[in-house]
Amino acid sequence: MKKRIFSVLLAAMMTVTMMSGTVMTVAAEETEGKELSVQVGPNPETIDPALNSAVDGGNMILHAFECLLTYDQDGNIAPGQAETWETSEDGLTWTFHLRDGLKWSDGSDLTANDFVYSWKRVCDPNVAAPYAETVLGMVEGYDAAIEGDLDALAVTAPDDKTLEVKLSSPCTYFDGLAAFATLSPVQQATVEANGDAWAIEPSTYVCNGPFYISEWVPSSHITMTKNPYYWNADAIKLGSIKWNLIEDSNAAYSAYQNGEVLMIKDVPTEEIPSLQDNEEFYVDPIIGTYYISYNTQVEPLNNSLVRKALNLAIDREHVANTLMQGTYTAAPNFMGPGWQDTDGSEFYSNANNGEPYMSTTADIDGALAALEEAGYPNGEGLPVLHYITNDAGYHKVVAEYLQQAWKEIGVTLEVEIVEWSSFTPMRRNGDFEIARNGWVGDYKDPSNQLELFYSTNGNNDGKYSSEAFDAAIDTSRASTDAAERSAALHEAEDIMMEDSACCPLAYYNDFWLQSSKIEGMWHSPTGYWYFMYADIAE
Amino acid sequence: MAKYIAKRLGMAVVTIWLVATLTFFLMNLVPGGPFLSEKAVSPKALEALEAKYGLDKPLHEQYITYMKDALHGDFGDSLKQRGRTVSSIITSKFPVSAKIGGLAVLVAFFVGVPLGCVSALHRGKVTDNIIIVIATCGIAVPSFVICTLLMYTLGVKLGWLPTLGLGTWKHYIMPIIALAFYPTAYITRLMRSSMLDVLGQDYMRTSKAKGLSQFVCLFKHALRNAILPVVTYLGPLLAYTVSGSFIVEKIFSIPGLGREFISSITNRDYTVIMGTTIFLATLMVLMNVVVDIVYKLVDPRIKLK
Repeated sequence: MKKRIFSVLLAAMMTVTMMSGTVMTVAAEETEGKELSVQVGPNPETIDPALNSAVDGGNMILHAFECLLTYDQDGNIAPGQAETWETSEDGLTWTFHLRDGLKWSDGSDLTANDFVYSWKRVCDPNVAAPYAETVLGMVEGYDAAIEGDLDALAVTAPDDKTLEVKLSSPCTYFDGLAAFATLSPVQQATVEANGDAWAIEPSTYVCNGPFYISEWVPSSHITMTKNPYYWNADAIKLGSIKWNLIEDSNAAYSAYQNGEVLMIKDVPTEEIPSLQDNEEFYVDPIIGTYYISYNTQVEPLNNSLVRKALNLAIDREHVANTLMQGTYTAAPNFMGPGWQDTDGSEFYSNANNGEPYMSTTADIDGALAALEEAGYPNGEGLPVLHYITNDAGYHKVVAEYLQQAWKEIGVTLEVEIVEWSSFTPMRRNGDFEIARNGWVGDYKDPSNQLELFYSTNGNNDGKYSSEAFDAAIDTSRASTDAAERSAALHEAEDIMMEDSACCPLAYYNDFWLQSSKIEGMWHSPTGYWYFMYADIAE
Repeated sequence: MAKYIAKRLGMAVVTIWLVATLTFFLMNLVPGGPFLSEKAVSPKALEALEAKYGLDKPLHEQYITYMKDALHGDFGDSLKQRGRTVSSIITSKFPVSAKIGGLAVLVAFFVGVPLGCVSALHRGKVTDNIIIVIATCGIAVPSFVICTLLMYTLGVKLGWLPTLGLGTWKHYIMPIIALAFYPTAYITRLMRSSMLDVLGQDYMRTSKAKGLSQFVCLFKHALRNAILPVVTYLGPLLAYTVSGSFIVEKIFSIPGLGREFISSITNRDYTVIMGTTIFLATLMVLMNVVVDIVYKLVDPRIKLK
């Protein structure tokens, strides 16, 4: 009897274990060459180049695909699938000449027509690519294409090795867009045969970059193997890259200490003080600014003097170096280091005649003077202001700091912490007074970030509206003359900073841990890690 | 018995339908949506996306369509992980969670029951006290603390066990310990108190008086009655544990269903929220039915009505 009871219980439990099915063995294919194991983020939502809008997915796509152009180690545009390219005199026609013998990772030929298909696919309303307008909005016929008439898009292939693009307005940084991952080529036959699911299975994920995906266990890892058909395969030293899709920063840190991964992007913030002198800890700027949006449509924030006072009362050095532990850089301007001026120099160095727009330390007297001028001496008469933010990273400590800093000039701030998925729509709908905000650049042309304050921009959360600013941006869009365009862009920043359209706090940096064994990799100001030419020292 | 099971299953269907309906409307009440990101998606792209997944239709229409499809076994596509269907997410991730969870329940049962018995037999003695202290710790310490401690000691400091994913049998040790810790402690306490209860019964005295050995007394007569509360607890525990733990899976980078369940909510991935909720509810209800049946087998005196 005793036996029977236990056998029944055992049977009950074995049913459950049996439901678990077969053991999921994770046997990586034996590949030649060394395997680099890294962590650059959690499981990407998508790695379809047209659909991706996140840095996590972008890092994967960067290694599996190659665009017409690419960036080299110094951040300059370099030939990719296209060997040469030229622009017509009016700046409206761009012609790209592809390399000889380009192939897909399945060994079939890749031609200019593949780019035509892929670029039109980005405009397809059924694909609903989030970056369509950013990367192709200036191409002739875009408006019709996004409505469904894909053939209206003026991207053609006169022959198998030439791609011609006609723009409706000049875009001096179109070479940067030609290097943007959204415009990677995808194989028509595979995509059409499998729909959206083409990009979830290694077997259908046909690509053209230095690596192809040999294994993907969602939420665990993606393994990429060297693509023998890549035109520059001889320069690829690694046999494979294992992207560990770790979500928890403490887990990533343990794996790094353990030697299971050689590079981690997610370093626990509480470990940072102890890592400051560690030579394996890297901090490198990326283009982008952590800023605060003022709702310019509500009182008293519609008064630029009030906004100015709030801007001046902040000690940005303290925010970046103390609160954010030096992982950010204090931001006296809206446009930080890394943005490229039209002549290739640093936009940041040329702004405001080389002077920062604001001090990086608090200017309480200046703030009080601005408040007085606005009719609120010592903050008297100001209503209680409300700040919304989600709770991640340093957002909460920054909110607490703002409360304290603005109290010094007589401003009372109430902080509301909102869950992430609710926060974004609140901010976008203008359902706030003051809100945390931030932008990380997609490409290095300053228009990418400056246009956030264009009155009709979808990301203009504070609903800032200035005719002068819009006019300056319009000039920069229409101009093909480098000097004129540069002047217009700087004028735009002058106007929005003079108006205190927002409150820049700090510039973003990427910080990560990387073993000294990794050689030949680099990190770009757009937040990507380039491991394709890396090697592991013995 | 068959009638009873049929009745329970009928109730189960109603329960699952209620859970699904409530979840559907509640999740749509929460602000936010699946297609929002830090950078604004152009209005045209957003419209196209909503049309593609039918989110542009009125809510009751969406509900009817969803329920119809679900009845036909079609739980739709994930709105966030484009290209993946909800069914494929569940079928690929549940086995991983179920395996670790199932093993953890086995560990909890086969460690918890003997510990509880030993504790009851040595009531008030040192062994009992030690077991009680450990069991209390097991109930009080949250799983993320256990995970972190295990990872730090066995993974990082001693370097005995790997900390990432599920490659070899060694990878299973820490997640299983972490998952089994709480139920083991709970079963130990449950077993101890019910065993003490049984040991005080008259028939136990009789069996001792008959001169039966302590082993037979304990395992033939006492255990059968004392284990009933543990069996009751096993049903929900199994359902809960095999469906995955967000924390354990996140910390040990295990591609299981528990993480999917939580992240679908924060991502507002409506179809995945619905799919995983219905799946979990079904599992829970079925496990309770199974427990009732096992109950009857363990104790024939119980009548299932």
